[in-house]
Amino acid sequence: MPTNAPNESRNSGAHISLRQCSKSYRANRVLQPLDLDIRAGETLVLLGPSGCGKTTTLRIIAGLDTPDAGGAVLFDGQNVTAVPIERRNVGMVFQSYALFPNMNVGDNVKYGLRVRGYAPAEAHSRAQQMLAMMRIEELASRRIDQLSGGQRQRVALARALAPQPRVLLLDEPLAALDARLRDTLRVEIDRLLRSLGITAIYVTHDQSEAMALGDRIAVMEKGVVAQIGTPEDIYFRPSNAFVSDFVGTMNTILHNGARYLFRPEDIELVDRSSAQFSGTVVQRQFLGDHVQLAIAIDGNQEQRPVTARADSRTAPPLNASVGLTLRPSH
Amino acid sequence: MKRSIHFRWLLVFTLCVSMFLVLPVVMSIMAGLTKNYFVGLSSGLTLDWVIKVWSEYHRSIVLSVGIALACLMCTLLLGIPAAYVLFKRSNAWTRTAEELLMMPVALPGIATALALITMYGAVGEFRSHWSFILVGHVLFTLPFMVRSVLAVMHSIELNILEEGARSLGASFRQRFFQVVLPNCAPGILAGSLMVLTLSMGEFNMTLLLHTPFTQTLPVGLADAYASLRIEVASAYTVIFFFILIPLLVAMQASKRLTQSKTN
Amino acid sequence: MPNRETKLHLLLIAPVAICFTAFFLIPLGKLFLIGGSGEFGWMAYTAVFTERRYVESMITTVLLSLLVTLVTLVISGIAGVFLARNQFAGHSVLTAMLTLPLAFPGVVIGFMIIMLGGRQGLFPALTEWVSGERVVFAYSLVGLFVGYIYFSIPRTILTVMAAAEKLDPRLEEAARSLGARPLQVVAHVVVPALYPALLAAGAICFATAMGAFGTAFTLATKINVLPMVIYTEFTMQANIAMAAALSFVLGLITWLALGLARSLTGNSVAAAA
Repeated sequence: MPTNAPNESRNSGAHISLRQCSKSYRANRVLQPLDLDIRAGETLVLLGPSGCGKTTTLRIIAGLDTPDAGGAVLFDGQNVTAVPIERRNVGMVFQSYALFPNMNVGDNVKYGLRVRGYAPAEAHSRAQQMLAMMRIEELASRRIDQLSGGQRQRVALARALAPQPRVLLLDEPLAALDARLRDTLRVEIDRLLRSLGITAIYVTHDQSEAMALGDRIAVMEKGVVAQIGTPEDIYFRPSNAFVSDFVGTMNTILHNGARYLFRPEDIELVDRSSAQFSGTVVQRQFLGDHVQLAIAIDGNQEQRPVTARADSRTAPPLNASVGLTLRPSH
Repeated sequence: MKRSIHFRWLLVFTLCVSMFLVLPVVMSIMAGLTKNYFVGLSSGLTLDWVIKVWSEYHRSIVLSVGIALACLMCTLLLGIPAAYVLFKRSNAWTRTAEELLMMPVALPGIATALALITMYGAVGEFRSHWSFILVGHVLFTLPFMVRSVLAVMHSIELNILEEGARSLGASFRQRFFQVVLPNCAPGILAGSLMVLTLSMGEFNMTLLLHTPFTQTLPVGLADAYASLRIEVASAYTVIFFFILIPLLVAMQASKRLTQSKTN
Repeated sequence: MPNRETKLHLLLIAPVAICFTAFFLIPLGKLFLIGGSGEFGWMAYTAVFTERRYVESMITTVLLSLLVTLVTLVISGIAGVFLARNQFAGHSVLTAMLTLPLAFPGVVIGFMIIMLGGRQGLFPALTEWVSGERVVFAYSLVGLFVGYIYFSIPRTILTVMAAAEKLDPRLEEAARSLGARPLQVVAHVVVPALYPALLAAGAICFATAMGAFGTAFTLATKINVLPMVIYTEFTMQANIAMAAALSFVLGLITWLALGLARSLTGNSVAAAA
């Protein structure tokens, strides 16, 4: 857990604004003109499938890419569009870690301080502090190739945070890790971001990561932000079919001229007599903590069967006739 | 495959091939160290031939070592920045440049030498100076340095390392000396050994580029093979092996080192 | 915009660009012009296909190089796969011995062949002992042929070993589980899998044999291969134009062969002898 979070960096995050930022490679426009505001201290997640423009957006904010002419990036109202990354004071965490193999863990963490001309003793104590915060003090003199994936990502975080950046940029930092480790690190990153009060931009294609970490989420599709809002907004009030499908399963029922849209967990299986809809179980998958059912709704043949969840112990068998009721929407 | 009759035949075959390669090396070393090659080892061992060669050809040998080291300096100074730019900018232009840089290897050495002579042969000072040979050697060895460094740059994903360094605030100078060079060291080492080996042994160009005052080791070797008794020629070869074989061994070792690191 | 980074890259590449242009591209251009200025004019560039003595030399060189390539591939293919597939005491010593002559210059290769088949060589001594007649092969095309094989084996073995180590042994096990006999496994699984590596190694082999000069120079000046002809044209006949034209044609052939090798492996290509 991020104990010892350095106080001085609290609430020092920058407010970031993108104004009409677009990006083209030759004739191919990968990012449509984008206006985006990220509040100081906020964590914004850029969520979307590969090729949606989320990494391009991050690289423009970082200063690794420049937007096409006409676009501007502002940190606290100051135009930094022409400032290269090395002078933007941002911290960055890469999917492949980008740790320097020619330096040990401690030297990696110290590097940002070294290039800023810190005195060795000061850099050393600051690096120790960072390693302690990530709970990896004992790794300080290890070589990079002796670390596991999870350890590498902790070192990468410590290194990015050591020079006290005003913005932390994370490019799919958990994508290279296995599922269990991903969950652990996700919790740690969450606490870290909340305790530091730094402005963070987090790129991912994983919707559960986005939900867990984001103060707000920007769902991107084909170079455009399809929706931006709190995780609850995105999940319960998706603005279009792409968003609703990307952040979970969305069922559709057409009934008596009305159109019902709802998530699997909004279905209650009830007695047929008191049910809103009736149907037949056409597929049944036992998943341990619950059973996933596909139910063909009577009189709704042209639609896909709806996906529902049922209790592992009481779920109806395959081919059973069942009644469904929708919970009142949020 | 099981240790069967096949194994035995294949082992014998491989041993024969290795004998074919190693026997003449051993024979030439023996010949260079025996009193009389016709009589054989029974005539006794001697360093006389080696000493004789040294006293007659030491200027060629020293010159070759000097040219090889100068050539290494040039390929390091020219090749590493070139490899860096070729790596950073992968487009039609840089691919063409890479292809052009390879040309002195593909072209027969004689052609490169002829080209240099027709262009600069009349510049007397230059023509008779050892730097005339150096130019040829640099042209011939540069692609090996560039390719060796480029290969490492690709395998260590230097782009991402550099972005990491930039995100931490490192300027170009800082990241070039603190991140790029140290992490490319295996490629630079392999390239350097290759450059030294090739420059030490270069003959095709040097035969035309050299003057009586700038005779290199391999040119002297050819001279010895053509005109001197076999013990002297062998002794000269022994001296050459003495310089070359450690380089070859180091080259193989460095290759294994980089392979075990990248795997 | 021509930003700082572009300027920096231009600055870094400038020394190479200037040196390479001044010492290679311009001289080569001049040589090309000279090639067209001799007794044949621009026809010099086709003389290698029309003038009898050049045609003969070209055919000799190509045939020799092809034969060298073929024999080297067979020898190195067998030894390389054997070494990659079997571990035994002395394995690393044997590998070291097989790769020892790697990057020996051509002149030294020539001397090695003199040691084997020259007037005082091993082979004549052996044949005298067996049949009473000394068979000297070093100072002829046969000597050159043996020399090029000697030169090509180490590199080709390394290429084959690297490719064979990457080969999945389960493919062979699968073939055997389907009932293939050892030779069938080799023909149906091993050779097809090694094919790109063999082709690439073969192209390098061919290119170096075409352009090699030091070995021929050491063995005898009267061997009629193309690089020797170029040398003779230049030094004996002082016919720079013809020498230039012939070098360009030869260079084109080796460049094409090396280009083929590179497109097959994407790897760096080895030294010429």
